[in-house]
Amino acid sequence: MYGSIGVRGPTFLLDLLKGPVAAVQEFLFLTGSAFRNIFRPPHYTDDIVLQMDNIGVGSLPIAIMAGFFSGAVMALQMSRALATYGQVGRTGTVVSITLVRELGPMLTSFMVAGRNASGIASELGSMKVTEQIDAMRALGTDPVQKLVTPRLLATSAMLPLLTVIADFVGMVGGWLISFLFLNLTSRQYWSTTWRALEWNDVAQGLLKPLVFAVMISLIGCFYGLRTTGGTQGVGRSTTQAVVASIEMIFVLDLLITKMFVWAAGGAIG
Amino acid sequence: MPREAPVPVLRFENVTVAFDDVTALVEVSFEAFEGESRVITGAAGSGKTTLLKAALGLIQPQSGRVYAFGRDLGAMREEELFDIRSKMGMLFQESALFDSLTIEENVAYPLLNQKAIHCAPEEVKPRVVEALDFVELGGTLEKFPSELSGGMRRRAAIARAVVTAPPLILYDSPTAGLDPITAHTIMALLIKERDTARTTTLMVTQRYQDGNLMANFRYNSEQGRLEPARNGARQDLHTVFMVLREGRLVFEGSQESLEASRDSYICKFVKPRA
Ligand SMILES: Nc1ncnc2c1ncn2[C@@H]1O[C@H](COP(=O)(O)OP(=O)(O)OP(=O)(O)O)[C@@H](O)[C@H]1O
Ligand SMILES: [Mg+2]
Repeated sequence: MYGSIGVRGPTFLLDLLKGPVAAVQEFLFLTGSAFRNIFRPPHYTDDIVLQMDNIGVGSLPIAIMAGFFSGAVMALQMSRALATYGQVGRTGTVVSITLVRELGPMLTSFMVAGRNASGIASELGSMKVTEQIDAMRALGTDPVQKLVTPRLLATSAMLPLLTVIADFVGMVGGWLISFLFLNLTSRQYWSTTWRALEWNDVAQGLLKPLVFAVMISLIGCFYGLRTTGGTQGVGRSTTQAVVASIEMIFVLDLLITKMFVWAAGGAIG
Repeated sequence: MPREAPVPVLRFENVTVAFDDVTALVEVSFEAFEGESRVITGAAGSGKTTLLKAALGLIQPQSGRVYAFGRDLGAMREEELFDIRSKMGMLFQESALFDSLTIEENVAYPLLNQKAIHCAPEEVKPRVVEALDFVELGGTLEKFPSELSGGMRRRAAIARAVVTAPPLILYDSPTAGLDPITAHTIMALLIKERDTARTTTLMVTQRYQDGNLMANFRYNSEQGRLEPARNGARQDLHTVFMVLREGRLVFEGSQESLEASRDSYICKFVKPRA
């Protein structure tokens, strides 16, 4: 009996890995077919529009709120730090760079992950456990084509848009603080704000939400479609989808930031 | 009397289906011919739903083959399966109506989405209305599934299964969880569909009286109700009973041989509990 442990050890580990490896494989497969379906008929335009409305318009209030308050808070915090160098006049620069590069994409994506990764996972999950996904296949539609691709496209279109809005509202928040409490003129604030931004910043500020959008929608769909175990299972998938998409946002954010820092190369030194 | 060797509409060849840790079907083999009715019973979890889903190609077996209309489902891609599936109607156990769509849109769904069904846009509405009238739900077109009772949902799902007039229909527990009156209404609908459209029928059920109705009654279109089939007509209704036990097909045969069985498991499905 004891002799067999040496043999069982590695296979036991392999068994442990089998689940996650199979899941990753399944996820990549879903990603592949979701993207392939973008170019293949039938196109469910109605579903895309419906999802855009749901994801984009539905998330607008919360994105505006997140943008405004983070801009305002950044202005307050940074002006204190800048004051020690006598550089309060550059508050706009710091606010706009942090917003466009990091805070705008991250916060908006978190909001959308909380709202929509969960929404997608629970909707598809309940369809799965009530056999509606099976019914779809039985009645001649590919669930990936009908459900996943529209959500992927809608999220990818709306999240960058929401981010731009959040960035702008954040700058307005920063301006309000600068104007009311820091004795900066509007002109001073806005000119430093615009001048701070380079193409590099705008590019990463748009690439990030696009990549996050792909992740959020696909993770939501993935967990939704693999739901088992009734209504309890739907709850589980929903939680897993939100947790996984937020984790992925952190990891991808680091990767993309690193990529841009590396691309900007000499400019840093 | 068969004139030539008939091709089975549905054929299972040593089909084994396993999920992660449970084996849902074990080496199941049978053939269903055109015009036949098959009544499938078995305890909860014995693999009845799995059998129907394998027949539709929704579940691929680990081993063995499923043929529908002479074609091997395992050798087909999903797009090709859509063509085969358009010849099969399926009533899912929990109805599986799309709850974001109205009843009208639900029933129209197969007409609009099955490529092999060529239905002109102006014909969709009349056919949907006809199918809903068939199940006596004419007034519910604009309603959502959540606004209907369980029995009405079941009937709407039957309308969706029969709207394309498929030659093979699979019913998963059509009467489960319904009161005796509604259950009888539903059975009358299934028999009406079978007798008016001459469809091959597979019906999963837990209730022996459903199978008994299938085997011994026919639909009288003049009077609009079920009547016992007399000797000659009874030969016409070729009904085969199948009993599943833990994924194995433990009985296949006529009602007489089912009733004559001494097996204690099989007997439980024959004698309806008081
Ligand atoms: N998607 C699935 N994943 C894992 N196991 C499954 C799945 N579907 C069915 N099973 C298992 O397969 C077995 C057969 O299930 P099936 O749904 O075919 O039973 P059934 O005869 O239809 O039962 P019931 O009368 O309760 O509907 C059960 O043990 C079930 O737990
Ligand atoms: Mg079942």
